[in-house]
Amino acid sequence: MKSCLIVDDSKVIRKVARHILETMNFEVHEACDGQEALNSCLENKHDVILLDWNMPIMSGMDFLKKYRLSENNNDAKVIFCTTENGIGHIQAAISAGADEYVMKPFDRTTLESKLQIVGCS
Amino acid sequence: MNIHSSAKSFEILSNLLEERTGQTLSPERHWRIQTSLQPIMREHSIPDIDTLVSVILSNANRGLETDCLEAILNNESCFFRDQASFALLTGPVLDAIRQNKEKEKRLRIWCSACSFGQEAVSMAIALSENFQKWNGWNIEILGSDVSNQAINRAKKGLYSQFEVQRGLPIGLLVKYFNQVDQDWQVDQKIMNMIQYRNYNLVSDNKFVGKFDLILCRNMLMYLSEDNRLKAFQNIEKALNPNAYLMMGSAETVASYSSKLEPCQDYRGFYKRNLT
Ligand SMILES: C[S@@+](CC[C@H](N)C(=O)[O-])C[C@H]1O[C@@H](n2cnc3c(N)ncnc32)[C@H](O)[C@@H]1O
Repeated sequence: MKSCLIVDDSKVIRKVARHILETMNFEVHEACDGQEALNSCLENKHDVILLDWNMPIMSGMDFLKKYRLSENNNDAKVIFCTTENGIGHIQAAISAGADEYVMKPFDRTTLESKLQIVGCS
Repeated sequence: MNIHSSAKSFEILSNLLEERTGQTLSPERHWRIQTSLQPIMREHSIPDIDTLVSVILSNANRGLETDCLEAILNNESCFFRDQASFALLTGPVLDAIRQNKEKEKRLRIWCSACSFGQEAVSMAIALSENFQKWNGWNIEILGSDVSNQAINRAKKGLYSQFEVQRGLPIGLLVKYFNQVDQDWQVDQKIMNMIQYRNYNLVSDNKFVGKFDLILCRNMLMYLSEDNRLKAFQNIEKALNPNAYLMMGSAETVASYSSKLEPCQDYRGFYKRNLT
């Protein structure tokens, strides 16, 4: 079973994403901010990380930079999932090591499509 | 005054649809009619399907019939649809075509039911991603569809956020599209590789040229047997020797053509035999 970490400070988004991912047979973990996400990555090896941008304590961008620099276990596919829909944000995310980018609002088909693109469906 | 029962109106509309496009709409799918005509009825302040059909039949508004039929057509598509098949296409299939045409260095591709153009744009992007391989080649992509509305949209090359998130890797979005407010505009270099035109694969007999690759995906399955045969005749005429046909994942050539043989290694692909 593939493991997915959902990082989002919105409970509703986590719930919606969890529902979609569970029907796709993912084992789902959740984190409310970048710091919690880093902690989760120390304990678990995730195949894919769904990452919000704006969160309290540690943003998605700060998480991604730290995560990609970690010594080991830093190669999950990272899909940004955010309302920041401008080209500047997208380019910054790719430069920081994001594999894909979902602009909110998104639906099941979009998420499935992106998971397939990163080879995690 | 409403002279038709709704069931009768649905039947009239689906007959018109078949007459104009070859597409059959089985009674189980009649619900599509209601849903897809809602915006047009609102726009013209027409209260229900029966009244709409009366207006169409009275010939009072010629454009209305076309608008309605085009609205009923299923234009569902996405970039790089059927990722695995597209990978076969842009990998081994195009490699084989390149070998065949190495001397001529001329590649012609026809997306023959291209809807809003996602298929043609995906093709152009895939070729651009491999531009070293196609250096010095003359490449033409024709995108056609029976629906004028679809073709007019395709010509604009403007896609919603929703549409670009289906099938298109983010790296390619950034590389080949420009953001315009909430939408995304295909780069002019890509648009220049594609020509769009209206073409009815069932009833147009005009010769559109010969192609090395024809994509006809997720369209033939909605045709009646007779119309499917006609469409295949059009496709056969347009295939160069050794050319390929790519179909949708739920479609086959079956017995409709004796000139097309399934490619053993590539599911969904057919090759024009030399007979
Ligand atoms: C479901 S879309 C498929 C688009 C694309 N080929 C794909 O697979 O994503 C089917 C398209 O076929 C077009 N179509 C229907 N009847 C046609 C006909 N007789 N000739 C050409 N196009 C037709 C419709 O207008 C629609 O845009």
